[in-house]
Amino acid sequence: MSYKLSAINFVRRDVMNDKLVSLMADLMEEETIAMVKELINGGADPMAILNDARSAMEVVGKRFESGEYFIPDLFMAGEMMKGISEIVKPLLKEGDTSTKKGKVLIGTVAGDIHDIGKDIVTFMLDVSGYDILDLGIDVPVSTFVEKTREFKPQVVGLSGFLTLAFDSMKKTIEVLEQAGLRDKVKIMIGGGQMDDEVRKYVRADAYGKDAVAAVNLCRQWIGG
Amino acid sequence: MTMKEDAAELYRQREKRVNDAIALRVPDRVPIEVLFGFFPAKYSGMTVEEVMYDPEKLLQAQMKTLLEFQLDMEQNPYGIRFLGPILEVLDFKQLKWPGHGVPANLTYQFVEGEYMKADEYDHFLLDPSDFMMRKYWPRICGSLKGFEKLAPIHSIITYYMGIPFGFAPFSLPEVIEALDTIKKAGQESMRIATYSRAFTEKAKEAGFPMQFGAFTQAPFDTLGDFFRGTKGIMLDMYRRPDKLIKACEKLLPFMFEIAVNATKVSGNPRVFIPIHKGIDGFMSMEQFKKFYWPTLRELMVALINEGLNPCPLWEGDCTSRLEIIKDIPQGKACYAFEATDMVKAKEILGDTVCIRGNVPLSILVTGTTESVRAYCKKLIDTVGKDGGYIMDSSTGLDDAKPENVKAMFEFTREYGVY
Repeated sequence: MSYKLSAINFVRRDVMNDKLVSLMADLMEEETIAMVKELINGGADPMAILNDARSAMEVVGKRFESGEYFIPDLFMAGEMMKGISEIVKPLLKEGDTSTKKGKVLIGTVAGDIHDIGKDIVTFMLDVSGYDILDLGIDVPVSTFVEKTREFKPQVVGLSGFLTLAFDSMKKTIEVLEQAGLRDKVKIMIGGGQMDDEVRKYVRADAYGKDAVAAVNLCRQWIGG
Repeated sequence: MTMKEDAAELYRQREKRVNDAIALRVPDRVPIEVLFGFFPAKYSGMTVEEVMYDPEKLLQAQMKTLLEFQLDMEQNPYGIRFLGPILEVLDFKQLKWPGHGVPANLTYQFVEGEYMKADEYDHFLLDPSDFMMRKYWPRICGSLKGFEKLAPIHSIITYYMGIPFGFAPFSLPEVIEALDTIKKAGQESMRIATYSRAFTEKAKEAGFPMQFGAFTQAPFDTLGDFFRGTKGIMLDMYRRPDKLIKACEKLLPFMFEIAVNATKVSGNPRVFIPIHKGIDGFMSMEQFKKFYWPTLRELMVALINEGLNPCPLWEGDCTSRLEIIKDIPQGKACYAFEATDMVKAKEILGDTVCIRGNVPLSILVTGTTESVRAYCKKLIDTVGKDGGYIMDSSTGLDDAKPENVKAMFEFTREYGVY
């Protein structure tokens, strides 16, 4: 997914446009975009629209957690958010800030080029209010170390689809340890062939079955 | 008995063992089959790159592994391993392989992408072959880029309709280069086919049948994996659901034909169908029932009506789909599962299809022989009860520890006797 929610700064407002929120949460793309355009033309506050979109994304996240929504629905919600941002962002004033719940670094480990699962986790953490830095795919061990040092995340998420990722994960965690960073972060793993056996083998703190599990682990470790 | 007669008898026994399981009868013991992946290369001290480029080394590695592990049926490796030369000729973009994006000893991997754009559905639906030759091949094969210059293939019909001008683009240098590539790819294709046939023969002489005689896909997966991309096809469910369904229906006869033609050549009725995007979590039950299952079911039923055995590998977890995928003729198909609840699968599907799987790769790669045996015992005691079951790992072995693989085979042969 190319868009990133946290690129937009939110300020909470008391007034919520329930109709916009429910249209978007129900993934009615055409109706939602038409309504956003109409609101903008009518002089509505672009920040209020973004806040509504953000509320709708929270609903989407909750529906995913409860098993009502699935990956296609998350992709669709992401596309709608992108569409709204494109309309609204040019109209925003600079300087609005938002508070994030905590920092999460994520990436697919060296040798593995799969990104669908990782992208879904990134999306769900973003929607859940975490500041997430996604390093992409086939991420060298040295990059994980360097970015852990720079970004100072509380949680590092290692993603991998194939069995070849087992040793890459193990190596990544070993090198984080050698760099003196291991006890500063919690490490979670996930993806295709991963399970608790692999978690033990690579010496991560937790294995998460899906994006909901990843969010719950971050809640447990960071709060929020 | 001579060695030759011995091998022929073993071949017959193995064939019967697996066929009994597929027909939901009780065989003499639980059959055991695996998809080796690149395990034979690693087991023989070769790199992934070596077996992808050297057909003799692949033969050596595969035969060594087959003879030592003695599985009931082998998977012919040529069409899925000996790919290096042809991928190079084509300058293939949809895979990264050793020397081309991944190191020498890592398995090849698929590159996700939107290889058919959303506004190209109409072209695809009108004439898929024309779309593929002029738009799709040039995108996925760098050496076929010249075909972009061709006129629509369906415009060349007869003496005053197409012939006078339609062939002109075939004289352009870029097109000539692409045609030259086609010729070289043809030669490489023929090499793969020749080695593949020879392997089947050699394995047969040693007493081992092949697991599969053909390969096909759920139409939704073909469209999603190779044309629209995962994100593309999932957004299509919202933005152009009718076209998505029409494209699956368009692909259905192709998927059927690919399988039937291959089984005619191989004389082997078992058709491998890897299942990718229909799994739990990847779409809702409604989406599965609307977009994914109808054309897959039709494909499997059509194959069964031809006297063939569809053998889907349901990747990931498909526990929520069990009641729906039960809806096919009895005793003709074999469903392999990766992470699905096997006990539930037996409970729901046990009287309909043979079940195969699913020793987790995590145990086979990182665990001990005791944990492998314990998992196999659980499978044989529950899923293996009353036949209709084939022992297998959850997916391709690739990086599994040899002693763990050995434990899985030995335990199944001893404990799996009915």
